[in-house]
Amino acid sequence: MTADLTREVEHIARLARLELTEDEKIEMAGLLSSVLDTARKIQEIDTTGVEPTAHVIDLAAAFREDVVKPSLYLNRVLQNAPRRNKSYFYVPRIKSLE
Amino acid sequence: MKLYAMTAVQLSSILAKKEVSSVEVVNSFLERIESVEPYLKAFITHTPALALDMAKTVDQRRAKGEKLHPLAGVPIAIKDNICTQNIRTTCASKMLDNFIPPYDATVITSLKNAGMPLLGKTNMDEFAMGSSTENSAFFVSRNPWDLSCVPGGSSGGSAVAVSAGMAPLALGSDTGGSIRQPASLCGLTGLRPTYGRVSRYGLIPFASSLDQVGILSLDARDNALLLNLIAGHDPMDSTSLPVDVPDYLRTMDSELQNLRIGVIKQNIGPDFSPEVTTVVKELLSAFNDSNFFMEEVSFPLRDYGLNAYYIIAPSEASSNLARYDGVRFGYRAEAEDTDTMFSKTRGTGFGPEAKRRIMTGTYALSAGYYDACYVQAMKVRTLVRREYEAIFKNFDLLVGAATPTTAFKIGDKIDSPLQMYLSDICNINDALAGLPSLAMLSGFSSQGLPVGLQLTAPPLKEDLLFQVACFLEEKRGDLAKRPNLELNEGEGSRV
Repeated sequence: MTADLTREVEHIARLARLELTEDEKIEMAGLLSSVLDTARKIQEIDTTGVEPTAHVIDLAAAFREDVVKPSLYLNRVLQNAPRRNKSYFYVPRIKSLE
Repeated sequence: MKLYAMTAVQLSSILAKKEVSSVEVVNSFLERIESVEPYLKAFITHTPALALDMAKTVDQRRAKGEKLHPLAGVPIAIKDNICTQNIRTTCASKMLDNFIPPYDATVITSLKNAGMPLLGKTNMDEFAMGSSTENSAFFVSRNPWDLSCVPGGSSGGSAVAVSAGMAPLALGSDTGGSIRQPASLCGLTGLRPTYGRVSRYGLIPFASSLDQVGILSLDARDNALLLNLIAGHDPMDSTSLPVDVPDYLRTMDSELQNLRIGVIKQNIGPDFSPEVTTVVKELLSAFNDSNFFMEEVSFPLRDYGLNAYYIIAPSEASSNLARYDGVRFGYRAEAEDTDTMFSKTRGTGFGPEAKRRIMTGTYALSAGYYDACYVQAMKVRTLVRREYEAIFKNFDLLVGAATPTTAFKIGDKIDSPLQMYLSDICNINDALAGLPSLAMLSGFSSQGLPVGLQLTAPPLKEDLLFQVACFLEEKRGDLAKRPNLELNEGEGSRV
């Protein structure tokens, strides 16, 4: 795997917050390469003047009245927390950026 | 006839006539599950006590003379990416192995309000990513027609449950074929509704512009009966259509007049298994009749659509799966700081296919690649939609094979993701265009494996899908719709 491709894989893995093993990195390099192949294939099509489709249905944004409605009870919100401290989700400390 | 071998419509009828109680019905399915589940492994979580509770409640209400929904007392299995309050919901992932949803999906609320007992949560490809159910973090489900074969995916567990008589109905989800492909491989009727027809609230998302909850059933009538219940606008889902739900059963037996049917050339073609093509064409000959006009039509964008899907879906998935960070729910890996925790949690909590798709999507959306990959794919999607619109000016319905082959062997494609992706080739473009699409049993291969036919209609024309499916079922005749489950160790079990 070239140095460039390694950097690319590590960069994407970093963006995705995915810790990868060395073997996985090698596999992903091949994968990213095939993504580019896929992109090349769809670039064969002339899309001049074509609007991208983000949504297949032509719905205007769905609004509702600005009225407070009941929400989930706090206990339910926290019930799946791996670690909890009273009404907080408890996580390891946030490391300062190097 | 055993209760577990009946269709939902049949069960509904005998329940309404009080010939049988819902408790008896549920018990029949529970016994069937006990008998065949060890060999098939369709379920991740069983909920027999809850199912019997609901059955008892329904029986009591019926005894009091209350007017009940036609599906009251008819049990159902649920794909494990649909949130069921207080019932473990895993998406077949280590990431959600211990997740207990604090709320019900809207579709689940509808089922409960109608009085349908929930039998359990079914196995699937992790986070709905896959076409064989082999990507489940827990175990592989087996095709009841041939235990060495996959049931398809990602709604494989649901397909196994219905096909083997463990449930008369099941909910699944379809993003790029995940209901229609397993339905086809297991000999069932599988519906992907129009995008927005059924609420996605509580469906754990994979690709939000493509995901739809849908139905696996034994025939079109059962499917329509359940769609009547779960379709409809939901204020909790802003992509849900504010459109009334017709009675899908009402028009099912109406005569089809002057229907223009387009056979998609690329979906009946030379790169498909010859047996599939033969069996599908045989059923399509039912349209050789003065009431129909059938002609081949080309869909040249088919392969480009597949490629566009494999950029769009992972891109949306990379966003939807960003929430799995070990903070608020699910699996958490131990670490000294949050950043490391995120990366370790996600690195060890996700399976290989999920990681592949997250990487693909993150890459396609990253600076420098966004326009060439994601935006271009979305433009191709527009062209796919336009192509369907143009075709539907001249045709009322499109048909073709539902899958290029019959069920493949477990282990055959798991090592080549790109090969696996090709098994959805017939289903993907309909999903890109948000169209309603139905897969149904058309016949069997020489190995005795089901062959599926797919029907695609313009938006909101599920009624037409059901009508045509009914017509074809009649023409196809009463094929052995159930697998002959002969199981090991002398414990033969026949339907």
